[in-house]
Amino acid sequence: MTPDEAAATAFTEQRRRILATLIRTTGDWDLAEECVQDAFERALSRWPAEGVPRNPGAWLTTTARNRALDRLRRDANHATKLRRLAVETDDPNDELQLLFTCCHPALPLEARVALTLHTIAGLSTEQIAAALLVSSSTMAQRLSRAKRKIRNAAIPYRVPPPELLGERLPGVLAVIYLVFNEGYSGRQQLADEAIRLGRLLRHLMPTETEVRGLLALMLFQHSRARARADEHGDLIVLEEQDRSRWDTTLIAEGLTLLTGTGSPYQLQAEIAAGHSTARTAADTDWPRIVQLYERLGALVPSPVVALNHAVAVAMADGPAAALPLLDALDPTLTGYYLLPATRADLLRRLGRPAEAAAEYDRALALAPTEAERRFLSRRRRSVEEVVPPIVASVDRLRTRSVDDGHDGRTH
Amino acid sequence: MKYLMLVCVDEHVEEDADPEPWITEMESRGIRQTGNRLQPIADSTTVRVRNGEVLIADGPFAETKEQIGGFDILECRDLDEAIEVAAKHPAATFGTLELRPFWSGA
Repeated sequence: MTPDEAAATAFTEQRRRILATLIRTTGDWDLAEECVQDAFERALSRWPAEGVPRNPGAWLTTTARNRALDRLRRDANHATKLRRLAVETDDPNDELQLLFTCCHPALPLEARVALTLHTIAGLSTEQIAAALLVSSSTMAQRLSRAKRKIRNAAIPYRVPPPELLGERLPGVLAVIYLVFNEGYSGRQQLADEAIRLGRLLRHLMPTETEVRGLLALMLFQHSRARARADEHGDLIVLEEQDRSRWDTTLIAEGLTLLTGTGSPYQLQAEIAAGHSTARTAADTDWPRIVQLYERLGALVPSPVVALNHAVAVAMADGPAAALPLLDALDPTLTGYYLLPATRADLLRRLGRPAEAAAEYDRALALAPTEAERRFLSRRRRSVEEVVPPIVASVDRLRTRSVDDGHDGRTH
Repeated sequence: MKYLMLVCVDEHVEEDADPEPWITEMESRGIRQTGNRLQPIADSTTVRVRNGEVLIADGPFAETKEQIGGFDILECRDLDEAIEVAAKHPAATFGTLELRPFWSGA
């Protein structure tokens, strides 16, 4: 391994741990970030000449810590921080504490996502801004405001005690899943980071059922990443995906995380596992998936869960059984393109192409991305093609006769 | 860390909530330094100086239904402790509690 490669590896593996320790001991996020950055820059300039140290992580930790000590010594106001930094050492809980601090409910949700990506995942301000579609200056402000609030409002740097953990952990999981979903529609790096955070959390809290559930859910969804889009970036729906392109290693890892406890992420992971383990789309155990959605809906009633339940019912019992379920959803899901898109699909399968086409138009007007619009247009064209030709020609004749009448030349 | 806790409630909603047990608990824990209820917003006066002229007005009458009805000064270990203390205040179940850290000079 060249010195540069050794530094890069150390950066990936150690940065988060060193940063977490420095943030805990100095209580100063900006100082900690600068000193960690500085330690890696020193590694890049010194290791080629002096050789890679036997324990790169320890070298980096010491260098970053010494840098922080130097900086604090220059300012007499920091005597307390200096004493703590001088005596305290690594704590295996540092990364976990940092994650809980980044996801504290007193911070606005968007700041929690940004801070987690920046501090735990190590993404730069510019990378996060690009991924979350805001300007770099907005993102920089969001990050510095969050760090300021942590300091000024005294948001504690710790893993919440057991009596608060049940209330705080779901928020942390929600942030990780949000990061994953940002990555779902093409921003691959965020999906990878979310899975890394999921694995980290699982490693740090191995017995938490929902930590395992969320990680499993992300692994199953991510296992299909390669099969989900064609070479033009167009969507390929689950039943049409080439299952040989699914990542079986991720699926196997996901299956080991299922606990069968019936909590929300576990249930969603079990649904995803049901798809991941079916050899073909036709092999899918739809009645079981319907059942899982019913349990999930009872636990976390949400119109999106109800929509997915309806889709599963359509697969288990036929499209006619699912249409009334969609009608019941209409008032709650206004403006959500998947509702008309689903209805269009059911009508298409029921052989009602004209109604299907109208629903596709409604979905097209609401679809958020270009890839989704292309998919819907393709589906819409496919129902146009099955409009019975006799009806089409009668329509054309009728149109022509009207035109001819106006023209007045036929007779 | 010192916090000012503003107790914001709708003045027109009569709630039978006795804060005495809360006050006793928080004082015995050394958290509540001081605090008080305030007279209704109708009795408040706004003072401004503009171009050297003192402008006095009745109010302020904000659009929001909830007004500051009282305050407490809390000395807490960190925000989590302040949240725990605020959540135990009887007004938390019908009003809104705002926790503002004191300016620390940093």
